[in-house]
Amino acid sequence: MLTTPVESAQPSGTPPDTAVVSLDNVTVIYGKNRALKDVTARFARGAVGLLGPNGAGKSTMLKALLGFVKPEQGRMTVLGLDVAHRPMEIRARLGYMPETDAHIPGMNAVSFVAYCGQLAGLPAVDAMQRAHEVLYYVGLGEARYRNVETYSTGMKQRIKLAQALVHDPDLLFLDEPTNGMDPKGRDEMLELIRDLGHNKNVNLILSSHLLPDVEFTCDHVVVMDKGQIAAQGPIDELKGPAGRVFELRVKGDLIAFVEVLRAAGMDCHSTDEDVMRVFVPSGLASGLGAAGGRDQQAIFALASRHKVQVRHLRPSVPTLEDVFAKAVGEE
Amino acid sequence: MSPIHDQSYRRYRGGKATPGSSWTVIAWAGLRTMFRKRAFMGLMLFAWLPFIVRAVQIYIASNYPQASMLAPTAETFREFLEQQDFFVFVVTIYAGAGLIANDRRANALQIYLSKPLMRTEYVGGKAAILFTFLMLVTWLPAMLLLLLQVMFAGSFTFLKANLFLFPAITVASLLQVILATFTMLALSSLSKSSRYVGILYAGIIFFTAAIYAAMLAITGSTSLSWLSLSSSLSQVVDVIFRLKPRYATPWPVSLLVIAGLVAVSISVLERRVRGVEVVT
Repeated sequence: MLTTPVESAQPSGTPPDTAVVSLDNVTVIYGKNRALKDVTARFARGAVGLLGPNGAGKSTMLKALLGFVKPEQGRMTVLGLDVAHRPMEIRARLGYMPETDAHIPGMNAVSFVAYCGQLAGLPAVDAMQRAHEVLYYVGLGEARYRNVETYSTGMKQRIKLAQALVHDPDLLFLDEPTNGMDPKGRDEMLELIRDLGHNKNVNLILSSHLLPDVEFTCDHVVVMDKGQIAAQGPIDELKGPAGRVFELRVKGDLIAFVEVLRAAGMDCHSTDEDVMRVFVPSGLASGLGAAGGRDQQAIFALASRHKVQVRHLRPSVPTLEDVFAKAVGEE
Repeated sequence: MSPIHDQSYRRYRGGKATPGSSWTVIAWAGLRTMFRKRAFMGLMLFAWLPFIVRAVQIYIASNYPQASMLAPTAETFREFLEQQDFFVFVVTIYAGAGLIANDRRANALQIYLSKPLMRTEYVGGKAAILFTFLMLVTWLPAMLLLLLQVMFAGSFTFLKANLFLFPAITVASLLQVILATFTMLALSSLSKSSRYVGILYAGIIFFTAAIYAAMLAITGSTSLSWLSLSSSLSQVVDVIFRLKPRYATPWPVSLLVIAGLVAVSISVLERRVRGVEVVT
């Protein structure tokens, strides 16, 4: 059997500082449903979040990049290789953790992961050794001889990560990796993903609808909505220009007051509770003539002027939630 | 490589096989899994009972002139393969029903196809499992019988007179095994339940035979034998063994039925073995 040595942990054939994944005008259609609409996106090196509500097209994008779904139009490259022409080379360097439960039936964990390693081209002995290693890494070391079908939901998520890692991919696709996990397990999974992306030199794309997951693990984000790219770039940059964010709850004509705030140049959007988040761009407070230019004074002044009672005002920091809400046009 | 006790993730610096050989991994894993099942091993051993009976027959015919009526002919080998039909049927259901159905139930296809292997490799690996087991109960014992005949007789006379038996046994076994393998794989790709697949396969075999039996009773002619899958196979195998075909159906028609079913099975596999199931 011919073998090709892996010379370096650094992905070969991919020039540094370029996108590991790129899509140009990609359209994917399922029957009558346009799941991806003329999508153009770049995924930078490191950890990139693919963020969007359910049905936004995140999983479809990953499946198109894997070659599972053929796009109607457009061009996609992964690690500098064209998806349409070199799918096998791409898959040899890629690990995929699917969203749904997935395993090879009738195998224990170590056999399953080693089998996946062999399918990816590892010699049997190396595959078995790597299987033990990655199972310890993902926290399944003690349960590695148990049949995968007896695993809990959290353990199944971990084994999916292990099978994606066993052949040491240059790029990982993680599709909703924390689905169904308890809080402790979720934190551990996020720590693993963060470690892979930041310390182990593995590029990864984390598809999730959970903002905190993406914010904790990723440096870049691509926001999707209704099959289109709503925003993309480094998270810090997307959090916007200098300014302050406040949590605000008022009593009075809420809708009218939101309009007042927006007219004054502030950005407002609601959260799950009755507290809304108000973004005050830097320098705006001075422009509004607030005492000392303090942002919260500007909000108080506007509330007073429009006979609205401020019940709660607390400084906050811009989060990915603000980026997401702005990108998908949430009111 | 790092020792097992090291719990940190490390990059791999060993060699990797070039894509294209993963089907062997699938095939070996499948064969090992089946060989570990005692019931299946029992079935495989049971499938060799007719071989032992035939071996005894050949031994007696070769060593006791008074039992010359037991001497093997080309038809003996044809009969042996026909006897194995039952075991082909049972092994196909036992070993084949779950080959793809179980993977579909466990969503394993997206795991397989995210690795560097093509869909044809996946199907090839799965087919190799069933193909191997079926050849073990058809081609291998038939060939061994031929070998035993030479050994017991102590001469090549029979073999020289029936040299066509080598290709005949091989082609007949291949035809039978390929038909069973692809039909079963196609059915297995249609469902997530191996039990349902087994019933479906048995249903196809028995239903087509029943239809033919009914038509035979009505028309009194065997020209509609192509309606039955097993009759079509028997018709073609008779021709392969240079025997008079048992039905009135022209053998090319029977062959066409077999080839058509294999083609339909491949088409079904092409549609069903995908990394993502698109429901429109």
